[in-house]
Amino acid sequence: MNLKIPFNNSKLPINYLLKNGSVIDPDKNTIEKKDVLIEGKIIKDLKKNISVDEKKFKIIDCNNLFISPGIVDMRVNIGEPGFEHKETIKSACKAAASGGVTSIVCMPNTNPVIDQPAIIQSIQRKAREVSLSKVFCTGCITRGAEGNEICELQLMREFGALGFTDGNKSVSNARVMKRALNYAKSFDGLIIQHPEEPELSQEGMVNEGESATRMGLTGIPTYSEAMIIERDLWLVRDTKCRYHVSHISTKESVEIIRKAKKDGLPITCDTAPPYFILNELSLENYRTFAKLSPPLRTEEDRNYIIGGILDGTIDVIVSDHTPHDQDAKRLPFNQAEFGGVGLETLLPMTLILVKNYNLSLIKAISLITKNPSEILGLETGTISPDSEADLIVFDLEKPWKIKSENFHSKSKNSPFDNILVQGRNLMTFVRGRLVYKF
Amino acid sequence: MIEEKVFKNYPHKHLLGIEGLLPDSINYLINLSKKYANYLEDNNQKLDDLKNKTCINLFFENSTRTRTSFELAGKKLGADMLNISVGSSSIKKGETLIDTAMTLNAMQPDLIVVRHNDAGAVKLLSEKVNCGVINAGDGPHEHPTQALLDSLTILRRKKTISGLKVAICGDIMHSRVARSNIHLLNTLGAEVRVIGPATLIPKQIESMGVKVFYKMKEGLKDVDVIIMLRLQLERMSGSFVPSIREYFRYYGLNNEKLTYAQSDALVLHPGPMNRGVEIDSELADDLDRSAIFEQVQMGVAVRMACLKALVKDR
Repeated sequence: MNLKIPFNNSKLPINYLLKNGSVIDPDKNTIEKKDVLIEGKIIKDLKKNISVDEKKFKIIDCNNLFISPGIVDMRVNIGEPGFEHKETIKSACKAAASGGVTSIVCMPNTNPVIDQPAIIQSIQRKAREVSLSKVFCTGCITRGAEGNEICELQLMREFGALGFTDGNKSVSNARVMKRALNYAKSFDGLIIQHPEEPELSQEGMVNEGESATRMGLTGIPTYSEAMIIERDLWLVRDTKCRYHVSHISTKESVEIIRKAKKDGLPITCDTAPPYFILNELSLENYRTFAKLSPPLRTEEDRNYIIGGILDGTIDVIVSDHTPHDQDAKRLPFNQAEFGGVGLETLLPMTLILVKNYNLSLIKAISLITKNPSEILGLETGTISPDSEADLIVFDLEKPWKIKSENFHSKSKNSPFDNILVQGRNLMTFVRGRLVYKF
Repeated sequence: MIEEKVFKNYPHKHLLGIEGLLPDSINYLINLSKKYANYLEDNNQKLDDLKNKTCINLFFENSTRTRTSFELAGKKLGADMLNISVGSSSIKKGETLIDTAMTLNAMQPDLIVVRHNDAGAVKLLSEKVNCGVINAGDGPHEHPTQALLDSLTILRRKKTISGLKVAICGDIMHSRVARSNIHLLNTLGAEVRVIGPATLIPKQIESMGVKVFYKMKEGLKDVDVIIMLRLQLERMSGSFVPSIREYFRYYGLNNEKLTYAQSDALVLHPGPMNRGVEIDSELADDLDRSAIFEQVQMGVAVRMACLKALVKDR
């Protein structure tokens, strides 16, 4: 498969020397000016003033630029198989590469859903053909994501599933969830929950409260998220299984998880940029592009999410990339689909926390590299000699306007369209290959 | 006949479970079983140990091997065996367990063998009758004669139980065989482990004196005896385990997993087997490794011993 510039998936081996960049190392907690020597697939050396034979290495000057591990995005909907009109593995990988995401972890809500090893294999085969970002899968917890019978979790893990989740559905039956946690505990598996009590959010469109009332839309209460997390915590306390909560959006969730972590439970969680950048006022004029799941909440919730990120309660920031074609969004609000794309805006949105909320740059980068990588048990998300060269080079200051029509993703449904941001990914290396150059 | 040991008799009226039995009582039953096993190997003739005695087999749950085994054992001892199965009895017509017990008691049998699908039901029945009662399995609670025959089989192959490492694998949660074996093997001094997915291991089973393992490789390390348990059909797909193929891959016993255990490890299975679910077909037929058919043979001897021990002279 040949791709046009700015992408490159050729297998030709080129060795690189990145000169004078500021290297962000989340493992060592340092930012230092260093050279990075990439030979074949791996980072061969990482120190000041490396000199090499110019004929054998392509030298790239990174002065005034930052070099960090590639982004690991642990919540991406890739659309393929089943929804190729919204997104394909190829278009998702292009979006990822341009956004600096070197590893994408796809949700199992494809069609058919990922509930058996064969589907994982087929996605991986396709991703190898595209050969841009790395593609990993999660598997369903229950067969058909229907919430009744547990899937072949252990077999799927053997075939590469990093964790188990019913994706955009909550496992609402407590007995099934208990069995899943218990079963996954047997082999130290990771259970990922979309926290939403389905009976309470049924027909709900937006956050329950003033906005919903004024707009005449059915609300989803904040505690519909909190009660599933609290319920699951009882099961986690009992089973001791590793448990990860996806895209939390409310004050209550932050408080519950903060306490659970203090109690030493094996729990981690993530949130997505809309929940710390936007609030329910973005829904004005029935903007369906801001119709997300979970829904945008109040300003108070948004501040609590930021607080959770700053104090480490929230471990990971995900893009929650959910592509939808125009036809699924250009509809009356009630009929429009939930979700927004995010692969190409994850980095600048995360950097807003650095610019506006005094989050340190290392911590911000850890949230999208080292932390997700550790939770998922991946060997990426790090920048150290002899590790695979999954790297990005970005400009921390470069101002630009998010224009969804310039997205490489097949779908343009971004809640951040036309927002001015700072910070842009310029180069993406995956396994030592320069797959994207701005 | 082998030499009589110091044990003069079995000190209890009933045999409701292994839990609470002293080593002496267990050894008495096992030694008596050995005696009968030896007798059966050389003789085909009926004994008259229980001549003119009446035993009732009362089975509320389907069973072929246990019921037949008790029936055969009784007949070998010269007793009159009556079979009552649920389908053809007044229990179907709505009689309560206690009424059934009192009705049968009025017929003055010498012993009742009971299987029931509810834990504790056999004990309830035993409180309402004058004769001895043998528990032939009550729900997931106990199945004492199975544990005794397993131990007899182990003893014949390994000479001793004390100090052996025994792993019980599979559906521990729903297994009465597992519970009785855990009590018996612990009482006789073995080190007992249970192995299975966490969904099939009941809470706090460690308190019964076992070590819990979730991986066959770790659990089978250095064990001398492996007791495989049957996985019920209705538990195979999606409820407790995801599928047959996944269960067999991670918890089914085959020659490869057997290499984790001692090189002379013995394989037991209470039957009926699900070939290709919990045990590899070839392994099940390997007479050097698996004692599955020897267990059935020992079953008759053990039941003869239990009947003999519990029927009292009037």
